[in-house]
Amino acid sequence: MDFSFYFDLPLWLRLVLQGTAVILVLFPIAAACSMAERKISAWLQGRPGPNRTLPPLLAWVPGIWVLQKLGIFQLAADGGKFVFKEDPVPGHVNKLYFIAAPILAMIPALTTVVVVPFGAYLDSAGKIVPLVLANVDIGLLAVFAVSSLGVYAVILAGWASNSKYPFLGGVRASAQLISYELSMTLSVLPVFLWINAPGGQGTLSLFDVVQFQSQPGFWGGAWFVFTMPLSAFIFLVALFAETNRQPFDMPESESDLVGGFHTEYGAFKWSLFFVAEYCHMVIGSAVFILLFFGGWNPLPWVTLTDTVQALAHIIPVATHPLFMGILGISIFLVKICFSIFFFMWVRWTLPRFRYDQVMNIGWKQLLPLSIANLIAYTIGIALLQK
Amino acid sequence: MSTDIFFYLFAAITAGSALAVVLCKNTVAAALSLLVSLVGVAALFILLDAFLLAALMVFVYAGAVVALFLFIVMLIDTYGGTRKPFKKGTIVASGFALALLVTGLATLAQRGALATPEFAGNAAPLVPVGASLRAYGEQLFTTYLLPVQIVGFLLLIAMLGVIVLSKKFEGLEDVK
Repeated sequence: MDFSFYFDLPLWLRLVLQGTAVILVLFPIAAACSMAERKISAWLQGRPGPNRTLPPLLAWVPGIWVLQKLGIFQLAADGGKFVFKEDPVPGHVNKLYFIAAPILAMIPALTTVVVVPFGAYLDSAGKIVPLVLANVDIGLLAVFAVSSLGVYAVILAGWASNSKYPFLGGVRASAQLISYELSMTLSVLPVFLWINAPGGQGTLSLFDVVQFQSQPGFWGGAWFVFTMPLSAFIFLVALFAETNRQPFDMPESESDLVGGFHTEYGAFKWSLFFVAEYCHMVIGSAVFILLFFGGWNPLPWVTLTDTVQALAHIIPVATHPLFMGILGISIFLVKICFSIFFFMWVRWTLPRFRYDQVMNIGWKQLLPLSIANLIAYTIGIALLQK
Repeated sequence: MSTDIFFYLFAAITAGSALAVVLCKNTVAAALSLLVSLVGVAALFILLDAFLLAALMVFVYAGAVVALFLFIVMLIDTYGGTRKPFKKGTIVASGFALALLVTGLATLAQRGALATPEFAGNAAPLVPVGASLRAYGEQLFTTYLLPVQIVGFLLLIAMLGVIVLSKKFEGLEDVK
């Protein structure tokens, strides 16, 4: 197959097509997460979860009960409900900011995906090319920068609702997200110290991080989770806090704040907050996997390139860019799905922290730990790369 | 051409929202205008190929500093009473600042452009410092090492000042 017709298209059209394609994958995954959450919570609590919904028109299809048991139609029904049910705007809210907040929640959630690579392929010259919307030098910094804007949606929602529980949720969100951002940033510094050996051009690109984990040899192929377990752990904990997931979901905290920042929201606006939260989870998991779990490489010490070259002995088309790209994306998606499962697993296993405990963990334990980790790795890397 | 359009667009957004920061009665709206203004400045940095600076601008200022502003603003009464009349010193200082601004703008309008700094060896292609991490880091730790150290020291003093101001020392027991 020849794809030159695609590269002959004007650049803006290609970018629009690529961007639309990525959002068309990301958005349904984020939506499907809500059903996954219900099914997984049901599984962990020993009950079946949603398994009844079935459109009468489809009931005759043989084998449809599998989808019915999986709750696929419940997902569609829930989505439809959010669109069609009444969307109340309470009289005491600040209307402009009340309506702007859910929109603001979606923008950073969907923007960060631009710099996140999700696969790679070998071009005709045998050079590995990333599959990414914009392969920029400052990749990770851009992810952090844009996702840090997500806090405004929660703050604004809490403030514009003009009632006490949402307001407390908004204040908690701003304090919590800023506190854990520090540990998160500090925890990834050792990774970039290690890959930016003296004499290099200097990079923060996530693609380069994956390439660094795809080198031959024992140390070259080791994922960073093996060489830097503490960094990975700190990043993961901070990620839970940054995405407002339990045990860190202080802004929401149903048991003491009713619904936290979204108490006054309903219908489609409410669902936008949730799709945004799941988008943050998907992108956060993606970054975590790129940094510490080898990105699209199937196993530690087994790179995607090796895999397709081994597969090429069995199926000759394996080295074709299309096959390799789809294989890479599939591996990456499987890892993301497992990571999201892990998020949900933790949510239904651990109890929620108290607010003072969240602040204590963030400032008195995680931050000193990440600084100590950074200093230790800085000294180690300086000695090793001398 | 398109760069020009983007420049005017982002410059208008930056200047307009900067004005809104000063003019908005509602403090939350003012803080949000500051956010928009900072994002506009980041966009201008991108037009100058200074991607690193743009990302840092969004990350540090738009992402954290304005969030802290909002945090404080939401905790205080945003619709509080009438403003106190200006003090004499404030009026003199603002008049002086206005005079400086007008002089600067007048000079700029007269010259038509900002003075371009002369670089040693003009023949060498000028790499934008903010474009690559390496160039930026090298400049920061060689040419501009002293300013960086001084700014860092000032921030340290400010931090200590905040601790001293916000913590009530009652007797020497706390200081120990």
